[in-house]
Amino acid sequence: MTRVKRACWYVVLFAIPYGGVLWAALYNRMEPALFGIPFFYWYQFAWIIVTAVITALAYFNKV
Amino acid sequence: MNWPALIVFILLFTLVTVVGFVAARWRRGDLNHINEWGLAGRRFGTVVTWFLLGGDLYTAYTFIAVPALVFGAGAIGFFALPYTLMVYPFVYVVFPRLWSVSHKHGYVTASDFVRGRYGSGLLALVVAITGILATMPYIALQLVGIQVVIAAMGFTGSGLVGDLPLIIAFVILAAFTYTSGLRAPALIAIVKDLLIYIVIIAAVIIIPMQLGGYAHIFSSIPADKLLLKAPSGGNLGTYSAYATLALGSALALFLYPHCVNGVLSASSRKVIKRNMSLLPAYSLVLALIALLGYMAVAAGVQHDPAYAGWFKQYGPNFAVPALFLHSFPAWFAGVGFAAIAIGALVPAAIMSIASSNLFTRNIYKEYLKPNATPAQEARIAKLMSLIVKLGALAFILFLPGKYAIQLQLLGGVWIIQTLPAVVIGLYTRWLHRWALVLGCLAGMLLGTGMVASQHFTSSIYPLQVGGLTVPGYAALYSLPVNIGIAVILTVILRAFKTPEGMDHTTPADYEYDTE
Repeated sequence: MTRVKRACWYVVLFAIPYGGVLWAALYNRMEPALFGIPFFYWYQFAWIIVTAVITALAYFNKV
Repeated sequence: MNWPALIVFILLFTLVTVVGFVAARWRRGDLNHINEWGLAGRRFGTVVTWFLLGGDLYTAYTFIAVPALVFGAGAIGFFALPYTLMVYPFVYVVFPRLWSVSHKHGYVTASDFVRGRYGSGLLALVVAITGILATMPYIALQLVGIQVVIAAMGFTGSGLVGDLPLIIAFVILAAFTYTSGLRAPALIAIVKDLLIYIVIIAAVIIIPMQLGGYAHIFSSIPADKLLLKAPSGGNLGTYSAYATLALGSALALFLYPHCVNGVLSASSRKVIKRNMSLLPAYSLVLALIALLGYMAVAAGVQHDPAYAGWFKQYGPNFAVPALFLHSFPAWFAGVGFAAIAIGALVPAAIMSIASSNLFTRNIYKEYLKPNATPAQEARIAKLMSLIVKLGALAFILFLPGKYAIQLQLLGGVWIIQTLPAVVIGLYTRWLHRWALVLGCLAGMLLGTGMVASQHFTSSIYPLQVGGLTVPGYAALYSLPVNIGIAVILTVILRAFKTPEGMDHTTPADYEYDTE
């Protein structure tokens, strides 16, 4: 893949966390709780990890 | 007076001051030259840039303002989490372009870039003034952070004693910035982060243990605060507010002069990208710090008569200091307060340096004294950094909000209006320079009007769409109007063949790299 094409793919990847957190109706509830932590909170925590993985992938692929 | 806390606080502050003076000699440069005082000669690698950019996030915003909102209003305060989550991918994609073109042409501020890109002094001036104005409330937030921790060490009451924490906070900040420019914050940022890590680790482990675990903390929060208010009866409730606050803040953050400054002082594109891929780690910690708000609720500090005087004076902004006093031995509370105060001091210094750079380069040198010598420039920059801080003080005195975060949100409403000129400008020059000027002004007026309609106590505007009320962040509501006006006026101005101005950049400049 050319560099530009790869960069375009990563812009799509980067958009995923936006989709994951922007619509609160998706995760604004208590259950399923994890170790007593309501879904609302651990769901968003999980997205931090996903985002970190995506940006790290982009960096190591020299996008 | 809480002597153990105060003594530890003063000791740590002395340490930092010594580091600051050493910093002035670090990688020696001529501090009377603005490039050295303000950009440290553009030589920062990954490690220093990490601490500098991290310093833009780990501020009183994180430590005082967000937990205060979580403490007082519940789940809505968590918008800071999606906010910091969305900001890095955006910066990763967009800002290396700004670095490249700036490095190629020697631009130091966003305003420099806009002038070169659009050949418009007027647009550059609008971007500069907006940047300076928007930074003031953000610095004000830092001052509030320093103020509450100083107060927590034993200053309560009215009159002079009540005002003393704010006065001390201001003097410390002013003296600190004046002496050593950007070098001091960069080096101190490392000490500051170490302190902060120690305090965070203690806070997120020891306090929950005292309170019976995270599950117990969550179960002691009233149910209506734990979740966002669901839409009902033609009102989208806090769903739309949550999303727009997060997105608006994310788009706005890196337009602030100090963030542009941080990006531009990196030594290569790769350094920026590496940092953007590392910084999400900060978000995780931010989330844990936000939970301090709930811990304060669970610890019951708001009902403790020992803290009543402070809560009366500082409102929810006192949640974290109260929690530290409640949970830690006095000496360690002192460590925590020092971490917060230094954590507010460093970004406040960076912010005031960046906005005074902006004034000196893009207003003073451009319009007031074009043939200023480097020494004169550096002197004006230092003077201006003091004026910016006085402006910040004015925001604290005249905007009596319950939540300190409102100061930062107000800054966001203003700075986001430069997005079309700067960010869109990095990709296309299609928008006309005068259309951008008018779009920006319209956005400023509309955004400020929306916040004014809430008496400056909230940046959430209840937008009416048909029969539906959609409360949302004024920054994100005024931005489309800004862009819309810019697009329409561009079409009109082009139809009349109005002069476009000269573009000093070439497409290749935006990919330029040193490595």
